[in-house]
Amino acid sequence: MSYVTHADLGGQPGFGPVTPEPEGELFHAGWEPRALALTLAMGATGSWNIDASRAMRETLPNYRDLSYYQIWLEALEQLMLQRGQILPDEIASGEMRHPAAPVARVLQAGNVPAVLAKGSPTERTAPGPARFAVGEAVRMHIGKVDHHTRLPGYVQGKRGTIEHVHGAHVFADANAQGLGEQPQWLYTVVFEEAELWGDAAPRQNLSVSVDAWESYLEPAA
Amino acid sequence: MDLRVRALESVLTQKGYIDPAALDALIDTYQTRIGPRNGARVVARAWVDPNFHDWLMADATAAIASLGYTGRQGEHMVAVQNTNDEHHMVVCTLCSCYPWPVLGLPPTWYKSAPYRSRAVKDPRGVLADFGTALPETTRIRVWDSTAEVRYLVIPQRPAGTEGWSEDELATLVSRDSMIGTRLADAPAAARSAA
Repeated sequence: MSYVTHADLGGQPGFGPVTPEPEGELFHAGWEPRALALTLAMGATGSWNIDASRAMRETLPNYRDLSYYQIWLEALEQLMLQRGQILPDEIASGEMRHPAAPVARVLQAGNVPAVLAKGSPTERTAPGPARFAVGEAVRMHIGKVDHHTRLPGYVQGKRGTIEHVHGAHVFADANAQGLGEQPQWLYTVVFEEAELWGDAAPRQNLSVSVDAWESYLEPAA
Repeated sequence: MDLRVRALESVLTQKGYIDPAALDALIDTYQTRIGPRNGARVVARAWVDPNFHDWLMADATAAIASLGYTGRQGEHMVAVQNTNDEHHMVVCTLCSCYPWPVLGLPPTWYKSAPYRSRAVKDPRGVLADFGTALPETTRIRVWDSTAEVRYLVIPQRPAGTEGWSEDELATLVSRDSMIGTRLADAPAAARSAA
């Protein structure tokens, strides 16, 4: 096991209170909007998919010490280093010192509205009939996997109920590893609070749902 | 960080990977065009137009697209509606998934460890951090955005807004109320007296 994510935070203790902020406060430093835009513009070159970029971010060793745009910037550099699109001496100097590695496309200013408005839908033709139906009881897969996954630790092994069937979607685990889209049925699975947090936890009158691909699930007795 | 980002932008431009004018366009888009006022218009429409409301609850992606809000990080939308019995709250415990076309860029707290860790276990504690208190009898439903489905909370229409126009109603719909950490604003005393 070598894959370690630092981003799976659901239910973890010790992070303290949430600090609200006013609606107009989008950025907290001048470099943040540029880091955001660089990330979006490089994402638009098609050099990697969104699951690969999430995998890069969540495995940064210093993830928990970084602000969110620092995480994005660090991951962007790493993704480009990995692909030979940029070399360390170029990051250090801010100058091009090696030939460019061609990208599939360059996002031009005039195309920004259309590209954003189109997005990247993940729904695909279903590979077969859905295994589960609304109302069915399921148990979530348990155990560490050695790659990016979208199955949070706090629901692993837990029993839930299918609440919605979303159609087949690009399977993040496979897509992040460059193994293709391998679309699977996607479900909303809802859990009761006692199942997640035990009978001793203070009652909130709460249920929690996640969106889960079919291979995360097995039938529950 | 400023120098580091500037250096990177410079190299990427020299290498022909990016068009710096596209960066300006991206930033301008999320500073002036795509933000929570979009979502507020969706909510206000749902409050005044029962047909739109039903469409929104049945096919949020299409209903929201009819107002011109589509695309990146909102490709597959679901609307969830608050009632006296049920209060919805949205989180992404694994990263920062958020419905960009209707809410814009996520606030820092939405991406922070305190919110992501506590929203699924202690949502009433999180609500208290926002000054929001709900009756014990109100069931809290937390939606962890773990795939590419994005959730928009439709807050309850505040009392005392009968006869308000859509534009007036939209002013009561804060970003946080569409994530579910606050309720829609109450009409100011002056407004309701008018």
